[in-house]
Amino acid sequence: MSIGITTYGVYVPRYRIRVEEIARVWGDDPNNIKKGLRVFEKSVPDRDEDTATIAVEAARSALKRSDLTGADIGAIYVGSESHPYAVKPTATIVAEAIRATPELMAADFEFACKAGTAAIQTCLGLVAADYIKYGMAIGADTSQGAPADALEYTAAAGAAAYVVGKNRVIAEIEDTYSFTTDTFDFWRREGQQYPKHGGRFTGEPGYFKHVLAGARALLHKTHSKPEDFDFVVFHQPNGKFPRNVASTLGFSQRQIEQGLVVEKLGNAYSASSLIGLASVLDVAEPGNRIFVTSFGSGAGSDSFIFQVTEQIGKVQGRAPAVAELLADPVYLDYALYAKHKNKIVF
Amino acid sequence: MRDVAIVGVGCTKFGEMWQKSFRDLFIEAGLMALEDAGVSGAQVEALYGGNMSSGIFVEQEHVGALIADYSGLISNHVPSTRVEAACASGGLALRSGIIAVASDYHDVVISAGIEKMTDVGAEKAMDALAAAADREWEAAVGATFPGLYAMMARAHMHEFGTTREQLAQVAVKNHNNGSMNPRAQFRNRITIESVINSPLVADPLRLFDCSPITDGAAAVVLVPAERAREFTDTPIYVKATTQASDTISLHDRRSLTSIDATAVAAERAFKTARLETADIDVAEVHDCFTIAEIMAIEDLGFFEKGAGGAATLEGLTAIGGKIPVNTSGGLKACGHPVGATGIKQAVEIVEQLRGEAGKRQVEGAEVGLTHNVGGTGGTVVVHILTR
Repeated sequence: MSIGITTYGVYVPRYRIRVEEIARVWGDDPNNIKKGLRVFEKSVPDRDEDTATIAVEAARSALKRSDLTGADIGAIYVGSESHPYAVKPTATIVAEAIRATPELMAADFEFACKAGTAAIQTCLGLVAADYIKYGMAIGADTSQGAPADALEYTAAAGAAAYVVGKNRVIAEIEDTYSFTTDTFDFWRREGQQYPKHGGRFTGEPGYFKHVLAGARALLHKTHSKPEDFDFVVFHQPNGKFPRNVASTLGFSQRQIEQGLVVEKLGNAYSASSLIGLASVLDVAEPGNRIFVTSFGSGAGSDSFIFQVTEQIGKVQGRAPAVAELLADPVYLDYALYAKHKNKIVF
Repeated sequence: MRDVAIVGVGCTKFGEMWQKSFRDLFIEAGLMALEDAGVSGAQVEALYGGNMSSGIFVEQEHVGALIADYSGLISNHVPSTRVEAACASGGLALRSGIIAVASDYHDVVISAGIEKMTDVGAEKAMDALAAAADREWEAAVGATFPGLYAMMARAHMHEFGTTREQLAQVAVKNHNNGSMNPRAQFRNRITIESVINSPLVADPLRLFDCSPITDGAAAVVLVPAERAREFTDTPIYVKATTQASDTISLHDRRSLTSIDATAVAAERAFKTARLETADIDVAEVHDCFTIAEIMAIEDLGFFEKGAGGAATLEGLTAIGGKIPVNTSGGLKACGHPVGATGIKQAVEIVEQLRGEAGKRQVEGAEVGLTHNVGGTGGTVVVHILTR
């Protein structure tokens, strides 16, 4: 019996701030930023939203799409780099909210922007070993960017929840591969409010090395070629990096377009590639094959090959699609943004 | 005093060399130079290593011993000396090596330059570089190198009518030269418009007016001229090595639009070499900012004071022009690993005089000049080299 995704759910806060507004405050040229990053706006959480609340929203959305209840879930792993508590799990908050307690394995994961896909791999292993029937993997972040740091243009908020199981599979996981090294490209130490990064070092030795090596290895391992896939999704810290790796690997603009959500969402960190994948599943048809590579600083990548099944139609349209979540935003000026992000009130 | 010849050169690729450490870089450049000269490690009698700020950039001092050690020259206990004069460290390491050979103290000497700048963030790099200015009177009160050179640019524009386009043309020309240099950090061609529209750094200087942060190393092998043919069929002879100092602070100078140390070092060099500016076929000058190249070509005597900008825009400093300047791409396009720059300039001139500069070759080049500046002109080192 094949193992795969049985349902998925996404949540994106309704608020946005445009690149122009951030650039106005810091005296940057917005056209340079937009050209350089290929990002136009980013999501901003409300004042009472954090990684726990948006993870709950995504988890609820995933259950809403399916006939599963919280009681069916045997494990919940929440991947994030903005867990509200340093000690005290986010996963238990989500679990209580969707009534998945108490017979449950649960933990929080952190691997920069790829903790959510790492959680999927963990659920895959537990389901394959028959320890659990269904495992929920969540990637959620209300990511931080220091004022005036380049990160401020992209650090966004969003969550995606995926249930992995053997029954009612909508997208079979054909294979997965991870590529991991110790690379100091981006970090936040205990007690620090904002992450630090190595500037351009986050590019070539960070993102590109790990994404390209991971994707190439999985293509090689499965004797696949880029043209074997209908869709491809890469971690999207900006609009430029995923496009570059897609063209380097030989994927086309048509294959990457549907899963590229960063222009209007920003970088949702642990949820970034998972929201991209959800955007693909929103429109996917039975038989479609999807290639996904996430990236987490520090550093590593998780690559997956999914094949969409006949069941996909049963979950599409039952919860808000990514396109709906990105439509009709409320735009904030920098003052309100600063309030929402607790930069001027604590 | 003996005449001195360069019989071997080596230079790494310049750029953000994430995968290479401080040690990797100087070993690579040193080995290339030894191989080029056909010299074995056992023959090396002394090392001079130009380096500005390894203490801040890689938290390593005592790099003289480190270079000797990791170059495998410790079995001979070869004397190895670090030389520091901010961005002129490389030029001064070359001069130190030349003096050691000329004085009959040593026969086979390596002069090298090395800087590994990308292990720290931009802020720390800026602070390290600011140490080349007067910390108490300039850096501590907020002056940065772009700021100091911007004042020189503003004064030059005011005094001589130097234009924004003329400044930009320095970068355009040097990127064009860099596009033909496999070692260059930037090999893309740019336009006057792209320079003028690049982000403002310190008015009037914009991003593309400034040399970048770079990792790199370069090395040359020096021997007495009378022994040069033992090592190579194409020795390059040192006709002059000169050095001049000036106040470390810009505000204490006689002029904002001239670097007097350049003029003095050049005058002494031409006198020593018994040559004139018109004899120079190719020059590598210190273009840490576009205005610096314009001032350099004036202070070295290639053009009248105030005429450097117009001469550049006219193409007189391009390859094929009256005096090709910065055929390597200069600091702007080839990159500026501060301690390595002065040696890289010599490597470029040696390759030009040997006729080995490929697409950027200046036809028939017989006499070349290097000009290396520390800070805003507190130290200047000039060399004249011939076939």
